[in-house]
Amino acid sequence: MKKRNAGVKRRRDTRAFFLFAAPSLAGVLIFVLIPFLDVVGRSFRTVAAGRFAGISNYRTVFTNQAFLLAVKNTVRFTLVCIPLLVAVSLLIALPLSRLKSAGTVKSLYLFPLAMPTATIVMVWKIVFYRQGFLNLFLTRLGAWTGLWGEIHYDYLNSSAAFAVLVFSYIWKNTGYTIVLWLAGILGIPDELREAARVDGASERQVFLRVVFPNLKGCLYTIVILSFLNSFKIYREAYLVAGSYPQQDIYLLQHLFNNWFVNLELDKMAAATVCVGVFLFIVIMLLQRMWDSREE
Amino acid sequence: MRGLQRLAEYCSRAEGRCRRMGRSIRTVLQVLALLFPTLLVLLPLLLLVTGSVAGNGELGRYLETVFYDGTDYITWKIVPDYPTFANYGKLLFMTPQFFVLFWNSVKMEVCILAGQMLVSVPAAWAFAAYQVRYGKALFTLYVVLMLLPFQVTMLSSYLVLDRLALLNTHGAVILPAVFSAFPVFLIYGGFRGIPPQLLEAARMDGAGEWKIFCSVGLPLGRSGLLSAFVLGFLEYWNMMEQPLSFLADQSLWPLSLYLPQITWSQAGYAFAASVITLIPAVFVFVWGQDYLEQGIVFSGLKE
Repeated sequence: MKKRNAGVKRRRDTRAFFLFAAPSLAGVLIFVLIPFLDVVGRSFRTVAAGRFAGISNYRTVFTNQAFLLAVKNTVRFTLVCIPLLVAVSLLIALPLSRLKSAGTVKSLYLFPLAMPTATIVMVWKIVFYRQGFLNLFLTRLGAWTGLWGEIHYDYLNSSAAFAVLVFSYIWKNTGYTIVLWLAGILGIPDELREAARVDGASERQVFLRVVFPNLKGCLYTIVILSFLNSFKIYREAYLVAGSYPQQDIYLLQHLFNNWFVNLELDKMAAATVCVGVFLFIVIMLLQRMWDSREE
Repeated sequence: MRGLQRLAEYCSRAEGRCRRMGRSIRTVLQVLALLFPTLLVLLPLLLLVTGSVAGNGELGRYLETVFYDGTDYITWKIVPDYPTFANYGKLLFMTPQFFVLFWNSVKMEVCILAGQMLVSVPAAWAFAAYQVRYGKALFTLYVVLMLLPFQVTMLSSYLVLDRLALLNTHGAVILPAVFSAFPVFLIYGGFRGIPPQLLEAARMDGAGEWKIFCSVGLPLGRSGLLSAFVLGFLEYWNMMEQPLSFLADQSLWPLSLYLPQITWSQAGYAFAASVITLIPAVFVFVWGQDYLEQGIVFSGLKE
């Protein structure tokens, strides 16, 4: 009797599941999965005749100077930004979690999320311009301390453009990450911390031994979401410097866009497959790591 | 003996006072440390607003060095000498192009968000309320899709949009966004707190699955829905990659792509346009801040 009930329940669940999920599943199939198979197919063909070309597209991509430069810059950007963002936002979230009236401060940090990129780029252009606010400020500081003279450094058209992008990314995403940290920190029961204190642990030990180990799950999601958001820095880079920026900030996103504009679809297909597979593996690995830790 | 006791008392009191003072100094320092980065957030806003109400002549003087490529620095005034709304007036009443793009933005935003709600809410409900074979694998697929950047899906989208003859129409931007996996994930975060016993109880009372969705799921999962709405609004108001790739005709572009086209010689105008672009985003931000935070927390949940 019970078994039959379970069977009925299972069938009912399956039917309801597919009725509710049908529009979304159909959309994902039509707009993402099937065309992605098409892309995989194209990555093995020549663009003009559509003849089978083996791995020659992949070979072209991996010997392409622009591709190698873009991969290098993108990896560099990610490796600089994510640890920096994680650390900065944790440093702000920790005192915030102890503050009673953290609401206003939190919303101020979240505000950059609402600021459209086109708007903020206007501001960065004035600030980082050769005769802009940053140099004005530094020159005044130099005059005041008597340590250096006038500064006319062009941040946007030199290798400092990379630092400007990093700054812009941190500026935009700190609020988001602080909220994630806060959710994690406030999720740790106070009793745990109290118990450690009663046992004579110093504040530093409480943080290292009690708070931090409990934040590891939080760290996983923060890293993954920061990584996802790091691709959106293309907006700032594009608006500041266009399709062919200073070579330190030529990112994979620029490359994809330029190949797309020039209709070099065979190369693009091969690169799409490579980047897609790489990201898939990274996401799966991170998820696996997190799962094993939880158990 | 008594003197010593008093001395000890005095000392302990003084120590307490010192410690209390130390603590309040630390609090002040903490608040200052938290407020300094806040300045970094507010100064750009201030810059935009003052720039937009400074007259063209005045702004021209501030930015003189930009036009002549001089060696002087930019100057600025927190309160302009002659504040004026002329730039706003010009933008709102004498620039039809601005209106067209503004309405493009609104149209795409409304269609995307409405479509996302219609598609994602039932899908999120399906994942949250029903246990099916391969349900977990499907959900993992959604998570991966959600995490893939636009550049990876760009070529796939292009191919299918080309096939459906949607390129260079607003549909090219709207349809792929409607089937985005991100809102499904967020709304799922709102639904997953509903205890299964509640659904079972509703079934005992003879409610159908659709009825349960409408009268149990939707009211209880409201926070997930609104989170997806707020995060979606801010994301698509700021959308650039999709229209840039799929809309060749500039009269179809959203506002977010219009601003960068304004040159320095029309700086005041650009500032005013920036502020107007900012207003809807700020409005949604202020109205939906709780949901925004909630949404960020949902986006961090693991399935």
